[in-house]
Amino acid sequence: MSLPRGMRSYLLGLGLAALLTTASFWTATTHVIYGPAIPVAIVVLALAQMGIHLVFFLHITTAPDNTNNVLALAFGILIACLVIFGSLWIMANLNHNMMAAHMASQAL
Amino acid sequence: MFGKLTWQAIPFNEPIALGAAALIGFVMCGVLIWVGVKGYVPYLWREWITSVDHKRIGIMYCLLAMIMLLRGFIDALMMRSQQAMALHSAGFLPPEHYDQIFSAHGTIMIFFVAMPFVIGLMNFAVPLQLGVRDVAFPTLNSVSLWLTAAGSFLVTLSLVVGEFARTGWLAYPPLSELTYSPGVGVDYYLWALEISGIGTLMTGINMATTILKMRAPGLSYTRMPIFCWTSLASNLLIIAAFPILTAVLSMLLLDRYCGFHFFTNEAGGNPMMFVNLIWAWGHPEVYILILPAFGIFSEVISTFSGKPLFGYRSMVAATMVICILSFMVWLHHFFTMGAGGDVNGIFGIMSMVIAVPTGVKIFNWLFTMYGGRVRFTSAMLWSVGFMVTFVIGGMTGVLLAVPPADFILHNSLFLVAHFHNVIIGGVLFGALAGSTYWFPKAFGFKLDERLGKAAFWCWLSGFYLAFMPLYVLGLMGMTRRMQHYDQAQWRPWLLAAAAGVVLILCGIVLQVVQLFVSIRTRDRRREPTGDPWDGRTLEWATASPPPVFNFAVYPNVTGEEPYWGMKQRAMESMQLAQEPQYETIEIPRNTPTGFVTAFFAVVTGFAMIWHIWWLVTVGLIGAYATFVVFAWRDVSETEIPAEEVARIDRANRTARAAALQRMAARQKNKEPVA
Amino acid sequence: MNTVALHPQGATDSAGPASRRIIVGYGFWLFLLSDIIMFSAFFATYAVLSGATDGGPTAAQLFDSRNVALETACLLASSFACGMASLAVGERNQLWTQIALLATGVLGAAFLALEIKEFASLVARGAGPTRSGFLSAFFTLVGCHGLHITAGLLWLGTMMAQFLAKGFRETIRHRFLCFSLFWHALDIIWIAIFSLVYLNGTRV
Repeated sequence: MSLPRGMRSYLLGLGLAALLTTASFWTATTHVIYGPAIPVAIVVLALAQMGIHLVFFLHITTAPDNTNNVLALAFGILIACLVIFGSLWIMANLNHNMMAAHMASQAL
Repeated sequence: MFGKLTWQAIPFNEPIALGAAALIGFVMCGVLIWVGVKGYVPYLWREWITSVDHKRIGIMYCLLAMIMLLRGFIDALMMRSQQAMALHSAGFLPPEHYDQIFSAHGTIMIFFVAMPFVIGLMNFAVPLQLGVRDVAFPTLNSVSLWLTAAGSFLVTLSLVVGEFARTGWLAYPPLSELTYSPGVGVDYYLWALEISGIGTLMTGINMATTILKMRAPGLSYTRMPIFCWTSLASNLLIIAAFPILTAVLSMLLLDRYCGFHFFTNEAGGNPMMFVNLIWAWGHPEVYILILPAFGIFSEVISTFSGKPLFGYRSMVAATMVICILSFMVWLHHFFTMGAGGDVNGIFGIMSMVIAVPTGVKIFNWLFTMYGGRVRFTSAMLWSVGFMVTFVIGGMTGVLLAVPPADFILHNSLFLVAHFHNVIIGGVLFGALAGSTYWFPKAFGFKLDERLGKAAFWCWLSGFYLAFMPLYVLGLMGMTRRMQHYDQAQWRPWLLAAAAGVVLILCGIVLQVVQLFVSIRTRDRRREPTGDPWDGRTLEWATASPPPVFNFAVYPNVTGEEPYWGMKQRAMESMQLAQEPQYETIEIPRNTPTGFVTAFFAVVTGFAMIWHIWWLVTVGLIGAYATFVVFAWRDVSETEIPAEEVARIDRANRTARAAALQRMAARQKNKEPVA
Repeated sequence: MNTVALHPQGATDSAGPASRRIIVGYGFWLFLLSDIIMFSAFFATYAVLSGATDGGPTAAQLFDSRNVALETACLLASSFACGMASLAVGERNQLWTQIALLATGVLGAAFLALEIKEFASLVARGAGPTRSGFLSAFFTLVGCHGLHITAGLLWLGTMMAQFLAKGFRETIRHRFLCFSLFWHALDIIWIAIFSLVYLNGTRV
């Protein structure tokens, strides 16, 4: 039975995603990587996996008829980042400034 | 069996609330009975309730907004009267009641007046301006409308059965948590907003897709009317912001229903996170409201100055910059919550920066008027009134954007005056200008201009008399939402404010009278060509009201201001363009899906509020079944045969040809063009 | 109005309304982005409350990496099966469409079963969502994803029935396009969840 044309994209996507997922799990449990770099590595690997999904499963490309899709995605990512990092920054600042005095000296 | 619902839910022991509930009950039942007796039900069901036509849906949105405006305005009347009386006195509204009134006032005005009004106008005008037949997803459009109506129904129901929230229109925890608001009030608020929020999100997706993917041939991005650009920005903001609202309200619901600890005072909850997230939605929300109003003013000012809009590209740039920046300022709503100087400072600066593109727009409007032949119709009056009023409101906003100033003015009447200044002066004036401007397109005849201008002057003078004193009171230290007070020097200002609100009431009464009179004498102000204002954009190229398919053939756009170009060519050659080749047109079928979905949404919401769990299941299953029934239908479109299309279009062409002849005759006699 | 003008812009920009497939696909893409923003609000809350354990159990004490690995494998395989279903629909092959969709559904249901088991065991250990802010945020974020998977399975069942009853009609293929976008997006969100919630919480 001959494979359908689009099969290659999905097989490649599956293989790469599986590879990166395994790498993620390994990163979290290994002692080989410098400790503080582990969260960064996990984030980078997660972003890579998302990219694989977007390209190989969702077929997001940079073709001109896809421009609106890419722009919308960029807008969505911008807003998501503003919400997440904005909230983290604001709440950390608030928590620090609103902490009771006796706790603040302990926290520092 | 009925959860928490008992006969005690009806406010028998509160005369004012009971009176209001009785009034609403009588009016609603009266209208339903009258409609039934007169035999309008089949017509209304067939032509309006099950309609998926963007024009009808837009009109119904605006109607919902205007009805809810009356409801929210009555709340305003009550608040002003209470504050005018309550010096060293309890006034006539007990605190538990007064708290519900200001909460309902804000909730209704933002979610069920401003949003539906703006969405209704976008719904009506955008597809016509783009030269297409309908929005991208017509049935979804109907669902959105009815879900919004469902939310407003729940809020209105809270007056009759149960109570409303006492927390203010944003329901901050811990006050809105179960411990401190054990009644059903906050639940009514939450479910009404969750349900209508889904409707609004769907509208955002619908309109953004329409603007980006459905335009007449030749209508590239740089030829789109500015109203379409501002609608695009507003709908992108809806798509980005409303999910945040859904998330944060869901978290509060989980706290209240399932004992979670997102925003509680104990077990690790953080009430400040609610304030943070709700304003991450709340600030884009006000830009969702104002951007379409800016677009309406661009259209109105350009049309009634007889000139193309000045600085089209800078307007587009300013709009998209406002769109992005509106997501970077939200902390200015809680400067006083305790963030440090660096955080407060950065958000304060961003809040000032966002005033710059708005300033660009004001200058562009002024330059559009400059050198034009300005016609001061009522729509133009609303626009000029807006420019003055909004600039004042914007300046007080920039004042508030300075954190040290805000520390004194936060939650004072200065803040209340500021946001009413920009919302009334901006959003409401814009909606009233837009509805006056597009009314003849929707119904085939103009509104009575004299009554319209009288209403405008009442609104304008009433607004200033009602809200300028509040700036003074804020600077004198009066906090918002006060049920009573003991500073005698505040009273004269509050009396002036009460007088102002009476003037606004006159304006509203005049508008209601205007509607009745205009309908009764409509034959005097009919406009047969479909172009009553000598317009410049494509919606004026169709008949009034437009046929269900909008355009017999897609207009082929060859320059900026597409319709103006068509008219110039017609006047030069003294004849209309050649008759097009008419073809059969497929239009989407009407369906009760939207109405039925909303019915089950109301059932589910009401059941959730009163903890009637079996009814919740019924509601959810009903909603899912509705969706499956809709998905299973085989025929989704009806056909309009080519001869019918031809007949409708030729009728309009005849009227336009006649108008062209009249214009030719007038030019020969050197009379000025009307 | 019958003059045909030549436009300097590309055909896609000003050639009239786009095809139904593009319109439906784009509309659903916008919906997915709105869903991602909703998840980002839940992520933000989780991040802010991740330390708010109220003296109770922490992430490191609660999360089981092996279970998460199994769930991830199920969902990834399910996404792949959905891709296969897309290809089968493209070939208009009813048998392979149903098989691939069934595989998608079974793997998705397996994921859900593992997740429900995890939740139940947490609750049994006194680490339910009412224990602390951290746990409320965790259960809501992961539970919201699970709810989406549940709704997706319901949608999947309906799609299988529609393909059987009505064949490969255009409107049904468009709906399936939306479903597959939805299913792949859920896998993307799961990547964020297992990376930032589970792996980050239990790292050495």
